Amino acid sequence: MPANAYGEKNTAITGVGQSKVSRGSEHSALRLTVDACMAAIKDAGLTRAAIDGIATWPGDRGDESGFSPVGSAGLQDALRLKVKWYAGGGEAPGQYGAVFNAIGAISAGLCRNVLIFRTMYEATARKAAFANSLLKPGQRQGGGFAWYAPYWNYAAALQQSLFFNKYTHNSGIKPEQIAQISINQRRNASLNPAAIYRTPITLDDYMASPRIAGPLRIYDCDVPIDGCTAIIVSRLDVARDLRNKPVRIEAVGSSMEYRNSWTQLDCLPTQAQPHVAEMMWSRTDLKPKDVHMAQLYDGFSFHTINWLENFGFCGRYEAKDFIEGGKRIALEGELPVNTSGGALSAGRLHAYGAVHEACTQLWGRGGERQVKGDPRVVATSTAGGPLAGAMLLVKED
Amino acid sequence: MLDSETKAGSTITPPGAPARALPVIDKDNEAFWTWGAKGQLAIFRCQDCGYYIHTPVRFCPKCESVDVEPEATSGKGFVTSFTINYKQWVPGLPERFVLAIVRIAEQDDVQLITNIVNCDPDSVTMDMPVKVVFEQHEDLWIPFFEPESN
Repeated sequence: MPANAYGEKNTAITGVGQSKVSRGSEHSALRLTVDACMAAIKDAGLTRAAIDGIATWPGDRGDESGFSPVGSAGLQDALRLKVKWYAGGGEAPGQYGAVFNAIGAISAGLCRNVLIFRTMYEATARKAAFANSLLKPGQRQGGGFAWYAPYWNYAAALQQSLFFNKYTHNSGIKPEQIAQISINQRRNASLNPAAIYRTPITLDDYMASPRIAGPLRIYDCDVPIDGCTAIIVSRLDVARDLRNKPVRIEAVGSSMEYRNSWTQLDCLPTQAQPHVAEMMWSRTDLKPKDVHMAQLYDGFSFHTINWLENFGFCGRYEAKDFIEGGKRIALEGELPVNTSGGALSAGRLHAYGAVHEACTQLWGRGGERQVKGDPRVVATSTAGGPLAGAMLLVKED
Repeated sequence: MLDSETKAGSTITPPGAPARALPVIDKDNEAFWTWGAKGQLAIFRCQDCGYYIHTPVRFCPKCESVDVEPEATSGKGFVTSFTINYKQWVPGLPERFVLAIVRIAEQDDVQLITNIVNCDPDSVTMDMPVKVVFEQHEDLWIPFFEPESN
């Protein structure tokens, strides 16, 4: 198949933006979204008039959870954008579903510069009501999660630790090895002025921290925030005329070849990542050894551990050895991981923080945490049970 | 022991513990959430090829038959995965409890979300044999599992 048969190779990220990220904002979710989107538009060297597409995941939830309070319609009206195509929705290969949709729209000739955003307002929402127990008295639960309803499944940490405990059982990973993910990311966050938690932690801190569920401790869980990340994805020929060196989308993994179910998932210890990674690698000549840096989903530390294996940076159930002592995944290591501090320390920007950081590093804007040696290739991913998506990003010469 | 009446006085949900959230009932899931009244764990089964189908839909993904009906199973199964909860998310929640995925004895790919009850959470292990026990909440009978050795 000729390379140009893969639509993503004709697209590139041309700008990124982020609102102030906090544990409780003085601004509304919509205002934070505007801040991030205008920053991304300006970063790309574009104007509002040049934006002809909008994509977001999972769209406006219309609830009090803060999980996704702003959708494409709200953003379009706030910025008075005139677009040829727009989409927002959650039934997609994880958080990057919005990017994959944008690639499709660009490939179909519907638009040239797509504004993609992801807004979280969970810090404020949790001050008003516990975000994961929104069922009202007398109300019954529908949808796929109804199968969990009677069993006191109060949090994603509890539910997903069903998967992580299976991984722990199969792999034999030890707490002091799991700890290296959060310790490394806190160190990276200490060098990131925008991170939420910046005081380094030690193994002793980790081992003394509260247990949440199964193998998860508090430091293994991402940090709910108020904030928004936005990126611009442009058609490659358009991208080459803009101010930043295009960050090409070299390959994507968007498959769903498992049972798409939070109860019947047929790959408990790995979640839905392996086939997604295989698809991504099937669409590029690059190999895991060519990757300079990894910005891996880290809703929980175990997602990152899973991705190290499923991307092929190490073998099945060998991540425990790969991360032992933390040196390989450090900023100076052979594969720097989650260099901003990630969701565990910089805040739960839900996979778009990872894209923002990938571009920040590729464009040499990392400041104290800049990875040396002009990194050019970044692997990045989304995750969570049956949700998984992957992208390989390459900075053009 | 599948007869729910023999479990009268069960403390699966102790006094003062959080209410059990309940599912919306529809034509596919009704048997699963109500057959506990007669002590039976109901799972959809293809009447042509015998394949168990869960979560329930009247279509067999093996043979494409739509002749699918709920059937009582043995109520026995095995722990495919589990987790012990430590954090008190809401007032009244027991200090520790077990959330689990149980596969039914009849077919490995029928996975039920449940709590493992009537035992010390630390005694639960992967692949442990378990059996169903029901507790009534409003008009529904919620399946829980306890060690088969109980």
